[in-house]
Amino acid sequence: MGLLDKYAALGAQYAQVEAAGVNPFNVTFEAMVSATEGRYRGKPVLLLGTNNYLGLTYDPGVVEAALAATRAEGTGTTGSRIANGSYGGHKGLETELADFYGRRHAMVFTTGYQANLGMLSVLAGKDDHLILDADSHASIYDGAKLGNAQVTRFRHNSPEDLDARLRRLDGTPGEKVIVVEGIYSMLGDTAPLREFAEVKRKWGAYLVVDEAHSLGVLGATGRGLAEAAGVEAEADFIVGTFSKSLAGVGGFCVSDIEGFDVLRVATRPYMFTASLPPGVIAATRAALAALRARPELRARLNDNAARLYNGLAGLGFALGPEPNPVVSAIMPSPEMAFAFWARLLEAGLYTNVSLPPATPKGLALLRSSVSAAHSPAQIEQAIGMFEAVGREMGIIGAEARPAPG
Amino acid sequence: MSDTDAELKTVIFDTLRAALTKPAELSEATHIVDDLGLDSVAVMDFVMEIEDRLDLSVPLDKIAEIQTLGDLLNVLRGLKGGA
Repeated sequence: MGLLDKYAALGAQYAQVEAAGVNPFNVTFEAMVSATEGRYRGKPVLLLGTNNYLGLTYDPGVVEAALAATRAEGTGTTGSRIANGSYGGHKGLETELADFYGRRHAMVFTTGYQANLGMLSVLAGKDDHLILDADSHASIYDGAKLGNAQVTRFRHNSPEDLDARLRRLDGTPGEKVIVVEGIYSMLGDTAPLREFAEVKRKWGAYLVVDEAHSLGVLGATGRGLAEAAGVEAEADFIVGTFSKSLAGVGGFCVSDIEGFDVLRVATRPYMFTASLPPGVIAATRAALAALRARPELRARLNDNAARLYNGLAGLGFALGPEPNPVVSAIMPSPEMAFAFWARLLEAGLYTNVSLPPATPKGLALLRSSVSAAHSPAQIEQAIGMFEAVGREMGIIGAEARPAPG
Repeated sequence: MSDTDAELKTVIFDTLRAALTKPAELSEATHIVDDLGLDSVAVMDFVMEIEDRLDLSVPLDKIAEIQTLGDLLNVLRGLKGGA
């Protein structure tokens, strides 16, 4: 009886994928060339699965900021902010995030995953209730598990089911904290946030919105879905990440709630981990400044998203319900998803495979994410590759693609 | 067995049969993961159907403890305030 025997079934699945020679869960690029290009097995590959929404990873200002801060302050902080002290950059980034969101408070975490662990584990205590959208990211489920609140989930994007669950809790002591996401990372669909805000108000609950995939993507100034839906006042806590639109790594929470800073000495995923290195903090600050100063990045991103979504929909691929930078093609089976993914990669296009239980409703997804850094020609090239592989595999019909326009 | 128990069992078995792709023998001893092959999310989704039909919420820590259909019956019985 071996220690890892409990993973035998998972291991067998993994070995099967590995034996096929191309494993979507074990890709190592030989080189990165730009925000949209890399090299894989000796050949150039177009990157369409990076979550690099604004394409700022190679932005000269962002890169220079990281270099300058690294030279000035070193490669790492080598400790936690509570035990070993904050640097000016940590505070500076928190001030700038609070200013961007128009909130009184901001707290920076070392990853987006930890931001959810850190906030959800402390916002709802032992006698409180956490109510999660069923399609929530693993970090939300894990944050809920790390805390002591009673946790229930409601049907994805259903204000009616959220209302039913709050009704069942009516009269039960304890605060109620609702958690939803701006854009869901698997199918790229957005939450009906105005309706959720109404239900929240009706029952006197708190609302947490995870804008990981919607920061820099949605809203008049890029603050996310709460801004786009006009319900920022009802979103008591906004959680997000630096690892997508902000081109780095890290996470944050902003809020107006009285006494917010006490959480710094209450939340373990903030206290017991090393803080972000100076180079990452400086790069994130530069990326946030770029996000604010260059709305054209968001416009280009959304043009690219619409181009890919409409292109694939026009070819007959089954996609998520709305055009956003996450564009997922629903595959008939995990095997077809693997095969499709491998053929695209062979042709020079990198996408992602997402499988249950990470996906909703047992779906096998071939997931793409577009960037502001993609040229329209690159998006057309990607659509062309999808078309060729889709016809070859019989996933879309055999008729020729209608001429554009 | 009380009437409520019989009703709860009917709800569980009916909901599960509708959710499964192939027919299966169901009893209180049926192991949800080992016998029926449901993954963690599929289990939560199946419980959600039951929550709707019974108009109650099953907390996730309770779902995590459920291994057999008998365990599920016990949890639902507790939440219904019966026995």
